[in-house]
Amino acid sequence: MFVRGLKRKCFDGEEDIEGTLAGIKAIPSYNLQRQSLLDMSLVKLQLCHMLVEPNLCRSVLIANTVRQIQEEMTQDGTWQMINTQSTGQASLDRLVSTDILCRSSRDQSEGKHLPAYGAFSKDFESDQTQDSSETMSTASSVQTPRNLQSNVWEMENPQENKGNFQKSLDQIFETLENKTPNSVEDLFSEVDNSYYDLDTMLTGMMSNTKVGHCDSLETFSSPTNTASNSNCKSDLNDLDHIVEILVES
Amino acid sequence: ADIISTVEFNHTGELLATGDKGGRVVIFQREQESKNQPHRRGEYNVYSTFQSHEPEFDYLKSLEIEEKINKIRWLPQQNAAYFLLSTNDKTVKLWKVSERDKRPEGYNLKDEDGRLRDPSMITVLRVPVLRPMDLMVEATPRRVFANAHTYHINSISVNSDYETYMSADDLRINLWNFEITNQSFNIVDIKPANMEELTEVITAAEFHPHHCNTFVYSSSKGTIRLCDMRAAALCDRHAKFFEEPEDPSNRSFFSEIISSISDVKFSHSGRYIMTRDYLTVKVWDLNMENRPIETYQVHDYLRSKLCSLYENDCIFDKFECVWNGSDSVIMTGSYNNFFRMFDRNTKRDVTLEASRENSKPRAILKPRKVCVGGKRRKDEISVDSLDFSKKILHTAWHPSENIIAVAATNNLYIFQDKVN
Repeated sequence: MFVRGLKRKCFDGEEDIEGTLAGIKAIPSYNLQRQSLLDMSLVKLQLCHMLVEPNLCRSVLIANTVRQIQEEMTQDGTWQMINTQSTGQASLDRLVSTDILCRSSRDQSEGKHLPAYGAFSKDFESDQTQDSSETMSTASSVQTPRNLQSNVWEMENPQENKGNFQKSLDQIFETLENKTPNSVEDLFSEVDNSYYDLDTMLTGMMSNTKVGHCDSLETFSSPTNTASNSNCKSDLNDLDHIVEILVES
Repeated sequence: ADIISTVEFNHTGELLATGDKGGRVVIFQREQESKNQPHRRGEYNVYSTFQSHEPEFDYLKSLEIEEKINKIRWLPQQNAAYFLLSTNDKTVKLWKVSERDKRPEGYNLKDEDGRLRDPSMITVLRVPVLRPMDLMVEATPRRVFANAHTYHINSISVNSDYETYMSADDLRINLWNFEITNQSFNIVDIKPANMEELTEVITAAEFHPHHCNTFVYSSSKGTIRLCDMRAAALCDRHAKFFEEPEDPSNRSFFSEIISSISDVKFSHSGRYIMTRDYLTVKVWDLNMENRPIETYQVHDYLRSKLCSLYENDCIFDKFECVWNGSDSVIMTGSYNNFFRMFDRNTKRDVTLEASRENSKPRAILKPRKVCVGGKRRKDEISVDSLDFSKKILHTAWHPSENIIAVAATNNLYIFQDKVN
């Protein structure tokens, strides 16, 4: 687990972030380290846990760290707002490049995420060599965390999402990349007790609340719903039984 | 053997239960000490093994529910049988473990195989007698407390009234009565109306050992709340709030993560609580909320490695902590199969290792030392050589004697005081 000899992007030892915070910051190095921490945190949040629900405590702590970095970057003025088009392009590139990082948690524990992270930072490094690289990489990291925060917790009413075109754009990209309907719910979606309400259930089924309002997404979600429901076994409780009846009818 | 996920002595220390990642519970029983061999104190042998939880599938969310046993808690013994609670992420079960060493023989209406006899063939009446048989230990599930938790259960705690218990998940705590499985009371709910605003989760919870109306719960932000159930049905307002002010000189992006409390335990006396965060163990006096009365460094040499530990997820490891029977010593685990003990009175501490390679059975454990600076002495181990995959998260201390159980991945170690 603790891989030695790996070229670290992190700032351990002499380049303690604690030290740099206290005194005058060596600006490029500190920013680079902070950016790398931000990237790492986003990768951690975006990794798919296909079978088992992700650990909520861990996700909350990582998200808080991301928020902290964002706040500091905003104060520093390194957090720039870019126009929608270029951002959309940048986030697509970034999301595509993280495709290989989207592995199950088992692969993570076998250490495969480390080389994957290396690939991710290579992507980041190649950005750096370009002229407009700084702006671009900062911009893409701007886009991803902002949308991540809104996506990451729960998919609430579709009405909330309608106002934000960019948000839904990222939803599509993420879904297409991940190719599993589970991840559409993102990390913190949960089934409220109210979800078991008959009315809410029917409304949800009809408008496909869980997957958002894009047509392309429905094709991913519906096969899974019907498949899993047909597999329901006899140890369902009453509420689950009702769900089964609703879906099959 | 599977990875051990929880260890717990019962109230007399006669039994030791372990739960593992495969949903199994293994109970060890201490041998009766024999007068013939007074120097050989009671050892623990396997008493019962059973499958407590099975893997499940949540069809609504298309997610697996792990069968890993998160916690085991014993009920105090009230008759010949033993009762324990075991829980996975979603379901709590009450198990009865009982012995059977006699079998009734000589029924009138059925024969030895259990088949009914033809009443017209019975000419003589006899009284059934109990005959000895080989000891059989059977575990039966007596109650199943299900469908009450949306999030993952991290703690269960039996109340001192022995009639109720609580189960805590990331956002809610529920109060149960042992007799009622289809209802539970929600006593704490910190779920925000808008999940996007979620910044803090519940990490552990425990009832006060004597006051059945009092309990505490810890959070991922390093705070502990003490609640009184007499105040309101929903204990969202704490009676006491324990938080240590942050040390500005130690501030970093990882400050919050390492302040997240992974375990909280009342002392046996009920006067103190102990909390474990990533680098320290703290003892708090219930009467003082603004800071702990004692802080012990478990492995401060990791402070400069936090980024790497964040990268490999070790920073999220949840270590537990335990008191000894007299509340004078506290113990917690670390990496490299090390575990640490702190004597609260003498202020001395020791690092020991649970490994077969480095200690023979019955040999006294040698204290270990991690070398921080440049020169490494002969017996010391350097920080970079530590094996972070060998972590001791779960330990237990006998309620009255100096016997400890240490779970090192898939091995259980039991250590005792040396007898002269």
